[in-house]
Amino acid sequence: MMLLKLALKNLLGAGLRTWLNVFVLSLAFVLIIATQGLIQGMNRQAEQAMIATEVGGGHFQHPAYDPYDPLTLPDAHGPIPDALAPFVAAGQAAPVLATQGTIYPEGRLYTIVIKGIDPGQKILNLPTSFLAGPLKSDAVRVLIGTRLAKTTGLKQGDEFTLQWRDAHGTFDALDAIVVEVFSTTVQTVDVGTIWVPLERLRQMTGLSGQATYAVLAKDAPAPAGAAPWVFRSREDFLSDLRALVKTKTVGSSIVYVIFLALAMLAIFDTQVLSIFRRRREMGTLMALGFTRGRVIALFTVEGLLNGVLGALLAAVYGIPLLSWFARTGWAMPAGVDSYGFAIGQRLFPAFSAGLVAGTTLLVLVVTAIVAFLPTRRIAELKPTDALRGRLS
Amino acid sequence: MTDAPLIVIQDLKKVYDMGPHKLEALAGVNLSFLPGEFAGLVGPSGSGKTTLLNIVGSLDVPTEGSALVMGRRIETLSHREAARLRSRHIGFIFQTFNLLPVYSVYENVEFALLLLGDPPAERRRKVMAALEWVRLAGRARSRPSQLSGGESQRVAIARAVVKRPELVLADEPTANLDAENSHNILRTMEDLNRELGTTFLFATHDAKVIEHLRRKITLVDGRVTADDRLTPAARAGQGGSAPSPGGRP
Repeated sequence: MMLLKLALKNLLGAGLRTWLNVFVLSLAFVLIIATQGLIQGMNRQAEQAMIATEVGGGHFQHPAYDPYDPLTLPDAHGPIPDALAPFVAAGQAAPVLATQGTIYPEGRLYTIVIKGIDPGQKILNLPTSFLAGPLKSDAVRVLIGTRLAKTTGLKQGDEFTLQWRDAHGTFDALDAIVVEVFSTTVQTVDVGTIWVPLERLRQMTGLSGQATYAVLAKDAPAPAGAAPWVFRSREDFLSDLRALVKTKTVGSSIVYVIFLALAMLAIFDTQVLSIFRRRREMGTLMALGFTRGRVIALFTVEGLLNGVLGALLAAVYGIPLLSWFARTGWAMPAGVDSYGFAIGQRLFPAFSAGLVAGTTLLVLVVTAIVAFLPTRRIAELKPTDALRGRLS
Repeated sequence: MTDAPLIVIQDLKKVYDMGPHKLEALAGVNLSFLPGEFAGLVGPSGSGKTTLLNIVGSLDVPTEGSALVMGRRIETLSHREAARLRSRHIGFIFQTFNLLPVYSVYENVEFALLLLGDPPAERRRKVMAALEWVRLAGRARSRPSQLSGGESQRVAIARAVVKRPELVLADEPTANLDAENSHNILRTMEDLNRELGTTFLFATHDAKVIEHLRRKITLVDGRVTADDRLTPAARAGQGGSAPSPGGRP
């Protein structure tokens, strides 16, 4: 306690030098938490969007289905297992039939995946209700995302030719009409994908009553099994995303290290200067009865208190600043799609208690180490040399 | 004064390793001091005064020989034991005052008591008493930068004596002071020596200090060349002195 009081007194007595250090440290605190909060927010936003738009409570998939290999699609369909039927009937599972196809907007050719989904489903956050209802012609009602619309030049009301192969491998084609262009942050339901009514696709392909996978509702209890279909849990989907986020965090970690290093450089520099300038004071302390260990402890605590004061100052202006940041978010640039994340127009950082506590603890531990390192010279200091203002 | 010596120094040698050559700062010093003495080590620069004072104050250790201070052999003390001896039994006064700049006068004096673990009320009483002795109670809140040289040294004296040590070691305490301040400082230390029975040991070559000493030990090239008990007449400049029975020059 005595050391703490003395260290605080010394620190505050140093005036502007202390406050400059404290300010730099507080800045490091706020910037580190802000960047980490952005990563957390990006992760959370991407997870929520994926769950709402694609993953739901997980997928039961046909055993031949590999979402990363379109060549599996011709074989990846089958009757919905009996165990899943009650869930589908109760609206707690949405079957999706996927098949390969080709579209010809304005004479150009694009290979796409045609996905059939029940227009009345409420599980995925897709505007599938637009798929309901008859058309005057025999055209297929089609829902596409903004990315595909941009690539193909299609817009709402446009007609184009849709080609596919039926269950027997025979090519067939029909006119299709874009009934809605939806905007989503989840690329996998947009890029290279068109959505059509499930029953219509079943008719087109001759795969009556069949599906490729079924999306479970977010809160639905998963059936114990639906053999031969396999269950891919929400965590399975998110683990891919988390792995992707992890690669993105490397960049932010570099920023983290730079901020921390800058702050630590200030502390280290101050400590070295302090030990050089205050040798006579150290000698006086020893003459008054301080052991070398106590002098080292005093100087280390002084360095550490820089960190504590930095954290307090960071709290003073950081809490309102970061709260505002969390509310208003950060407008994303136009090319954000290329990040490979489900990020919206604005990115809202997420500041968890763990992030704040973890960052504070890390900065304080590093500060303590950096504050301690230069003080090791005191261990070799002779009181007589110190009193003369010399380093041993 | 009691008969048991406070300090016994026997065949004390201190050699500094200066790289290619060695410097013998003390070359076999034998001395003893009784409690309550007001003595000074006198001699030219480089004669070994400060070295001897540092060893007696457990700030340094001898190369050879023995220094017994209040029953403790300095050469065998650990760092912790030496620090404990200094914190409880020895006060220091330095030429450059060595006050802690960010502390007030009160806090500088109180600092010496913090290590002893005295309760706050007791500390306050002792600090104010010490400041009264040096007539600086009115400047308790001042910072060292606001004090004159004489006032700073009086604060240093208060810090040295506030814990009532048996021994105060003063290294050139008047070197940075004018004649009037030096006289006042020395009068203060004499009063403290008389009233509290504290032993004062000076290292000095200042004639103003020597005038106040009751015992003058002359060091030359690390050896004691004279050890004189000064009578009041001698101190007044009459030149009369008597060899000390305690010293072994």
